[in-house]
Amino acid sequence: MGEQSPEKLLTPVLSASWDQEDSWTLDNYRAHGGYRALPKALAMPPDEVIAYVKDSGLRGRGGAGFPTGMKWQFIPQGDGKPHYLVVNADESEPGTCKDIPLLYASPHALIEGIVIACHAIRSHHAFVYLRGEVVPVLRRLQAAVAEAYRAGYLGKGALGAGGDLDITVHAGAGAYICGEETALLDSLEGRRGQPRLRPPFPAVAGLYACPTVVNNVESIASVPAIIDRGKEWFRSMGSEKSPGFTLYSLSGHVARPGQYEAPLGITLRELLDLSGGMRPGHRLKFWTPGGSSTPMFTDEHLDVPLDYEGVGAAGSMLGTKALQCFDETTCVVRAVTRWTEFYAHESCGKCTPCREGTYWLVQLLRDIEAGKGLLSDIDKLADIADNINGKSFCALGDGAASPIFSSLKYFREEYEQHITQRGCPFDPARSTAWADDDSSAHLEVNA
Amino acid sequence: MSDVNLGMPPLPAPAYPEEVRARLEKDAAEVIARYPDSRSALLPLLHLVQSEEGYVTRTGMQFCADVLGLTTAEVTAVATFYSMYRRKPSGDYQVGVCTNTLCAVLGGDAIYAALQEHLGVGNGETTEDGKVTLEHIECNAACDYAPVVMINWEFFDNQTIESAKRLVDDLRAGRKVIPTRGAPLCDFKQTARILAGFPDERPGATAAGGSAGPASLAGLRLAKGEADPVVPPRSAGTRAEEA
Repeated sequence: MGEQSPEKLLTPVLSASWDQEDSWTLDNYRAHGGYRALPKALAMPPDEVIAYVKDSGLRGRGGAGFPTGMKWQFIPQGDGKPHYLVVNADESEPGTCKDIPLLYASPHALIEGIVIACHAIRSHHAFVYLRGEVVPVLRRLQAAVAEAYRAGYLGKGALGAGGDLDITVHAGAGAYICGEETALLDSLEGRRGQPRLRPPFPAVAGLYACPTVVNNVESIASVPAIIDRGKEWFRSMGSEKSPGFTLYSLSGHVARPGQYEAPLGITLRELLDLSGGMRPGHRLKFWTPGGSSTPMFTDEHLDVPLDYEGVGAAGSMLGTKALQCFDETTCVVRAVTRWTEFYAHESCGKCTPCREGTYWLVQLLRDIEAGKGLLSDIDKLADIADNINGKSFCALGDGAASPIFSSLKYFREEYEQHITQRGCPFDPARSTAWADDDSSAHLEVNA
Repeated sequence: MSDVNLGMPPLPAPAYPEEVRARLEKDAAEVIARYPDSRSALLPLLHLVQSEEGYVTRTGMQFCADVLGLTTAEVTAVATFYSMYRRKPSGDYQVGVCTNTLCAVLGGDAIYAALQEHLGVGNGETTEDGKVTLEHIECNAACDYAPVVMINWEFFDNQTIESAKRLVDDLRAGRKVIPTRGAPLCDFKQTARILAGFPDERPGATAAGGSAGPASLAGLRLAKGEADPVVPPRSAGTRAEEA
């Protein structure tokens, strides 16, 4: 165990009432302080709400870390056009699994945040773009929105003097690219989900070419707690540039996978120490700090502070805080091949570097994994990844290049081994969740 | 094999029977009213026509084009972009095994291979009884419950080869199957209707499955000093059948 107890290191805020019976209901949300921030926010002039959220230092939890209040501030006011808030609930980045449990257990946190945000940006219509493949979450979101209408938090006069507010829950239809904000907007307009050229940015010409804020679920759901408990309280957690709490999603070969809400800047070592480490008898080999699109780390990076600056300085990105941990039984070539197949499958086809590049990466990687590659293929992989990275229309291309670059940086010998030994040296059966079920040879936990 | 038809262009799609058309038009009007611009209703309307016939037929696409004032080419372009729209008749239950990296490594590949053999079908194929369509799927945002199987987009967490085989056997035998998180399974058409934005009317459907799964509570339990010091077994599969 580390020096500090879990009680001190973890800070459940969004997840604080998830263990209550019927946690998703309005009654339960209100019983735990829900909708207490809303009247406070509605009593503030919209610009003050924006300034308050900006001062709190809240940064986008969807991956990019852009300051939420600043995004709201970019919305032109008095322009005579409708303004829209679009919540990105298209959580699809491999490894990312925070917004879905949040919406399943506590959809009203999002709804309250939406009302506050719409007051701030003077919007009368918000959309929640939820990926379609999560029907249990859709049910609860639909039910929660209906409850909020009945309770008067939505509908006629919901914004007080600010007027009415409607929320439309919109189910997607299966496309990773729609998590990219401009592709999401095209999809929400009833088109193929393909990213748009920027500028103009959504704040100027977003949904229906009107000023639009696109925010991640967790970002918006964090707003009520900030208003209710104060920006100073929020800033008392995390660092100067990355203040506050956030959901870390621990998955893979760990003893206790799950959601861990903690101040920004906690390390993977601390999270593993408090949660029981890697599965017994195994050690960490590689991990992602924020989904498959963020360059992977190794056990050298256990003490990197998991905030925007810390992870950036170590050569990756905080992303969605999806901590996918793989142990020594995992073949890195297999892992990267599978991720690359994902990017090739999900590439929307709009731009050439990504569409063609991901296709060719898959061909090379499959050959290498199967022991049919050449040593020169390794440089070719790096070259193709370099032709995708920074040269694609949207971040999907950069994401596809990340696992290639980072795995070559840390595990180049493993690629070479596949080629020189004409096959994969790993046994996939040893990586499964049930691989050690019959084993009595449990060694020390070694994170 | 290619799906591309190089023969004569097909004749215009047959229309829905009058009664079906009238009913769907009423639903479509409700969907369209949710949006400032009618075209935004296209994705939900494609879910709606899928709920009618179990897949997106040419008739369904023609219907969407008619009610939205679009061409069938515009509708087809959208319908073929998104993976949740089926383009051929499929089973009552869509069994999707996550084979993205994390689930694959933790057993998803083994589960998927075992199900292919057990059912005698390949990717996107349906068992002869028309019950089960098997697919491998991408990351479904439940990595802390890996390996994950989705049936009609309900969560079946922490699966094993045995539990997944049992699931498909139960589905084919018509036994009641209950997800680890979510409501008792309805068939694919009913699921598509929920996706179109028409709430599940079954009593208790929203509440089914409890507030949160165990992994979602892992951090909260530790923070409250409630967690077991020992590692919980990763057994699971489905919840025990409710009486």
